Amino acid sequence: MANVTIRNLNKKYDGGFHAVKDVNLEIRDKEFVVLVGPSGCGKTTTLRMVAGLEEITSGEILIGTRVINDLPPMDRDIAMVFQNYALYPHKSVYQNMAFGLQMRKYPKDEIEKRVREAADILGIGPLLERKPRQLSGGQRQRVAVGRAIVRHPQVFLFDEPLSNLDAMLRVQMRVELKRLHERLETTAIYVTHDQVEAMTLGDRVVVMKDGWVQQVGEPLELYGKPANKFVAGFIGSPAMNFVGVAITDLGGVLWADAEGLRLKVPPQMAERVRAHAGKRITLGVRPEALHPATGSDHADYSFDTAVDVVEPLGNEILVNFRAGGAPMVARVDPAVRVKAHQAIRVALDPERVYFFDEKSGAAI
Amino acid sequence: MVGAGSAAGAALPGERVRISRLTRMLESEKLLAAALLAPGVVILVLFIAYPFVMAIWFSLTSIRVGDAGEFVGLANFTKAWSDTIFQVAFKNTVFYTFWATIFKFALGMWLALLLNRHFRFKRLIRASMLLPFIIPTVLSAFAWRWMFDPTFSVMNWLLFHSGVITDRLPFLSDGDWAMWCAVLVNTWRGMPFFAITLLAGLQTISPDLHEAAALDGANAWHRFWHVTWPLLMPVTLVVVVFSVIQTFSDFQLIYVLTGGGPANSTHLIATYAYQIGVASGLLGEGAALSLFMFPVLFAVVWVQLRFMKRMEGH
Repeated sequence: MANVTIRNLNKKYDGGFHAVKDVNLEIRDKEFVVLVGPSGCGKTTTLRMVAGLEEITSGEILIGTRVINDLPPMDRDIAMVFQNYALYPHKSVYQNMAFGLQMRKYPKDEIEKRVREAADILGIGPLLERKPRQLSGGQRQRVAVGRAIVRHPQVFLFDEPLSNLDAMLRVQMRVELKRLHERLETTAIYVTHDQVEAMTLGDRVVVMKDGWVQQVGEPLELYGKPANKFVAGFIGSPAMNFVGVAITDLGGVLWADAEGLRLKVPPQMAERVRAHAGKRITLGVRPEALHPATGSDHADYSFDTAVDVVEPLGNEILVNFRAGGAPMVARVDPAVRVKAHQAIRVALDPERVYFFDEKSGAAI
Repeated sequence: MVGAGSAAGAALPGERVRISRLTRMLESEKLLAAALLAPGVVILVLFIAYPFVMAIWFSLTSIRVGDAGEFVGLANFTKAWSDTIFQVAFKNTVFYTFWATIFKFALGMWLALLLNRHFRFKRLIRASMLLPFIIPTVLSAFAWRWMFDPTFSVMNWLLFHSGVITDRLPFLSDGDWAMWCAVLVNTWRGMPFFAITLLAGLQTISPDLHEAAALDGANAWHRFWHVTWPLLMPVTLVVVVFSVIQTFSDFQLIYVLTGGGPANSTHLIATYAYQIGVASGLLGEGAALSLFMFPVLFAVVWVQLRFMKRMEGH
């Protein structure tokens, strides 16, 4: 059993910077959990505290039932893959992978067996005699992963392991890491700033910002039911569109008003939004919930605007325009023909509209 | 050429031609290279090649002060080889270089590892550590000579009054003691260079490697031996070779501290060559003595270059 429990974890640096704030997390055995957030959000610091590379200011970290706060890194039974791989430049690939086992005094033939096995899994068998500098970025990445898996640790830690790779390779390695996890079934904590990586790899994703955990959930849960405006804007690409609106109650029907824009509050939202009548809140709608209006779209959920910029991506077209005083993007079918500066009527899907408190950003 | 023409546009017609001709000459890569190299080559020839060639020539003649002398072949060298004082000086030089380099390296490494940690007033301490290195050797050697003085030695006074010793120590009045004192002062003076250079080397080693090694189960000693030491090797080689050259050809420190005494027991090749060549005026013999350093230092540099090449190949 290698579940990881993080209780009220805090990290304050000497200068007073509070990097990690009251993080609570229960990572189940064999689970792949991704910590994601913008730089400086505390995700890497949290990971390094689990690794034992950073002192814990307060709180507890448990692996299984054992509190590991005061254990040195080598006694925690974890393995970590670093962002820049951290391969020993003077050792061969084989020696790099074998080092951790040698330090733990494994017999020679066992080391050999494990290194060969890991090399086979990762397809780096022919490279074992090479030095890291003779390898490509992707190969180094594999060696770094290999060094972690030969140890058969209880927990894998990944610190932005793909961010030094080019885009193509990153997608490929992402798939391989996922396959590897399915094969090894080892608990993994993975840090990234890339929300696509987070969504594709994680069984569950932890979104962090300014040291706080914003939301913990399965990828589609974060996408479908963001807890607040930050999560809503962070998950999904292009990001969710936000417009500041005023809620007015006209004879029991709620309307969201912004500059040159009047939309009916969808019935399923009405009850929760009613408390904010007369106030300003934020309306959020994903680019994929916007499309050029057709005859079947209801006037209450459509508005007129002019196209600003068109970005044809092949499989889809991103149409940029302004509405309610805010820039917006619609993600539309490539068959739709629109030109810059063209007048357009845009409709939104009333089932996929979000409202957020203007001050706290919490979902309404 | 357009740029040159317009820049010179305001000048007199004659000047314009001159500028553009010079510019055109410097456009040629060969001429430009020659022009840029010339000052360096002149300095090297004047201050290194010329004295070196002259020294070789002197060593083959019986030149002395006020007497041009005549060609004597290798007589000066054979004479030096059988000179017992020279034999002592040669052994001393090897002894002095060997021990001083070992101490400088060991202590310098220790200091560098300490200074590579985070602590208060780090910059101040790092900077102040360089003091022995930047004080002129003559000055600091005088201070040490005063501390080792037979009568006024502050160290004898301290040790005597604290009851550690009952007889005063013969720091510079005994041959063996004096040699070790010279090694001590050389170590004191040269250690900062080792420390600062090794520290610079340490700082190029990514902390990630130490963290990775710590996770791999390596303790502090293993991390030093498996990560720091091999990655520091290129810097170590350079600094050791540099120090060997400096120490082997050292002159100032011994000249001031002991003058080669007592009874010629602390002479190095350089101080003995100076005594024969300059103090006694036997320029030819002095030159021959000093040239004995050349093959040794040449071998050291050659071995280092070979080693560095091999490491680059790996």
